Amino acid sequence: MATSKRASVVETAVLAPLDWIDERTGAVRGTKWFLFRNVPRDISWAQTLGSATLTAFIVQAVTGVILAMYYQPSTAIDPNTGKPVAYSSIEFITNDVTLGWLVRGMHRWGASVFVILLFLHMGRVFLFGSYRYPRELTWITGVLLLVTGMLMGFTGYLLPWDQTAYWATVVGINLNGTAPFLGPWLAEFLAGGPEIVSEALPKWYALHMLLIPGALIGLIVVHIYLVTRLGVTSPPWSSEMAGRERAASEPAAARTGLVRKSGGAS
Amino acid sequence: MQNPPGRDRTHVVDTNEGGAIESRAGSDLSDNGHDTTHLPGPSLWPIGFAIGIGCLLLGLVISLLVAAVGAIVAVVFGILWAREVTREVRGEVPEIEPETRSVADEPAAAPAPTAEEKPLPAYTRSKFLEASTIGLGAAIGAVVTVPVLGFAVLPPFTGVEEREVDLGPIENFPVGTYVIASYLSNPSQGEVSRRTAFVRNNGFTESGEPSFTILYSRCVHLGCPVQPNGPIDEQARKELEGGIELRPVLAQSFGCPCHGGLYDAEGNRQAGPPVRSMDRYSFSIKDGRLVLGELYAVGNVSGTGANAVITRYPWSVPGTHVDGPEAWLYPIVPSQVTG
Ligand code: HEM
Ligand code: FES
Repeated sequence: MATSKRASVVETAVLAPLDWIDERTGAVRGTKWFLFRNVPRDISWAQTLGSATLTAFIVQAVTGVILAMYYQPSTAIDPNTGKPVAYSSIEFITNDVTLGWLVRGMHRWGASVFVILLFLHMGRVFLFGSYRYPRELTWITGVLLLVTGMLMGFTGYLLPWDQTAYWATVVGINLNGTAPFLGPWLAEFLAGGPEIVSEALPKWYALHMLLIPGALIGLIVVHIYLVTRLGVTSPPWSSEMAGRERAASEPAAARTGLVRKSGGAS
Repeated sequence: MQNPPGRDRTHVVDTNEGGAIESRAGSDLSDNGHDTTHLPGPSLWPIGFAIGIGCLLLGLVISLLVAAVGAIVAVVFGILWAREVTREVRGEVPEIEPETRSVADEPAAAPAPTAEEKPLPAYTRSKFLEASTIGLGAAIGAVVTVPVLGFAVLPPFTGVEEREVDLGPIENFPVGTYVIASYLSNPSQGEVSRRTAFVRNNGFTESGEPSFTILYSRCVHLGCPVQPNGPIDEQARKELEGGIELRPVLAQSFGCPCHGGLYDAEGNRQAGPPVRSMDRYSFSIKDGRLVLGELYAVGNVSGTGANAVITRYPWSVPGTHVDGPEAWLYPIVPSQVTG
């Protein structure tokens, strides 16, 4: 194909650096592997629910980071307002910080959007039967994502430290407390003692902004990796075959050499 | 497509099978000729030099004598080190013994290896390294993880001592009516620790002991604040020091705002989802003053007031059964361990 000189200059200027990077990292090939995939011709909007959930999560992550710059997880009484510091910092974000009301609103409403999308996405996967071979692990990581996603909501709800937050959390903790055997121990761990103590607020804040999102991000990476590796299923009404044939190859082939035989030359 | 020279070479390093190192790239892999790194021979002098510097710095804090010794050590070893590093430049050829390693299975004075010879066991060294990497890693991991996990999990269960709360002279509690007593269970925690008890003076038992019914306000369904069903006598409100507040109330039952739990005057469940009777406080009378003791859970109360017969259990979180077969689900609750 004949290209103009200009085009070839541009190509060299843009693509040569990409080659340079790809040669050292495989990043270009990786991006192509991740994005340029074949999907069944009859997929629809239903298959976008997973990406919608991911988008909602990203919105939560970004707005959450910004809220963390103003929120203070302390139950001490703020001498200026006479109210707990945590509650006062929420009031400050909502009423005083420029656009704080918007970012807080995005985070608070976005939390519900995220959970609703989680369920819609799960419903789509369930109704399409997309959890079948070889996508069982995609489903299982999905279930873990559902649990961690709900934990995000549970831990975040306490943070405004108002009456609704406090009593809803008391009820939530005691609900966990009714689980057999370890329930009462879990409840006292979450409350920080027989009843909620002031250290519970920073503890829940740490769970909400560090531990659980960390787990969530890790799970999302695995989940999306599996989706990329296995491809998306065709819908149940599709004339094309849904799912995959079971691999014919000897399943143990991949693990040859994983466990070294001891002693002697092999 | 032709591979451009110098690209896409396949190196199969350590195939695990024969321990062979294959490389299709062959010898043109290594950048022979240019950029060969120049490593000095092994040397102990830098260690002595470092110890000297360490002594010198330590001596500046402890004593000048140590500092002086450190300085001398540092200078001596520094010179030795410098001499060694520059030996090649100065024309002396370093004598470096080749690193040797004796292999147990190798016959002592083996002749040149022949085809029939028993092959050396593969992977003895790598096996050792593998095991020590995993073992050391696990040990380091445990040393770091155990205290951190303990710190994360234990504090809620340690140092949970129930503070005794003095609610003032028993004359504050008229016989036969409930008084809403609110207090701080741990003043250093502030309002978070505010608790409410419903206290009824029952007069005296048959044996002449003072009798009180003291219910804990937290609902035994899921912990919401139970309210007395009756008018509060705000006129008779009393405030004692330490944030204690007493308010008499005319109530013969208690209701929970959350899910409609209803309790009678003895704290027995009348309606709604609660799974046991309201928790109670033990109490003592000291110098004519009512002192709240520890909380306990109640399965059921029969009889009323001073004649009540109470099935008493160690306190457990709301929602957990303390009697009946469901209680088998909670064989050990934290209060049994932490007191
Ligand atoms: C943070 C939460 C989640 C994110 C970001 C996420 C993201 C995604 C994305 C982007 C896809 C690609 C296909 C599609 O969009 O339908 C997907 C597929 C899939 N998801 Fe999720 N997901 C989440 C939660 C869940 C949950 C809760 C389940 C079920 C319990 C689940 C099960 C699956 C399965 C089985 C597939 C494969 C579907 C197919 O190949 O057709 N995911 N996910
Ligand atoms: S918490 Fe009292 S009825 Fe549910």
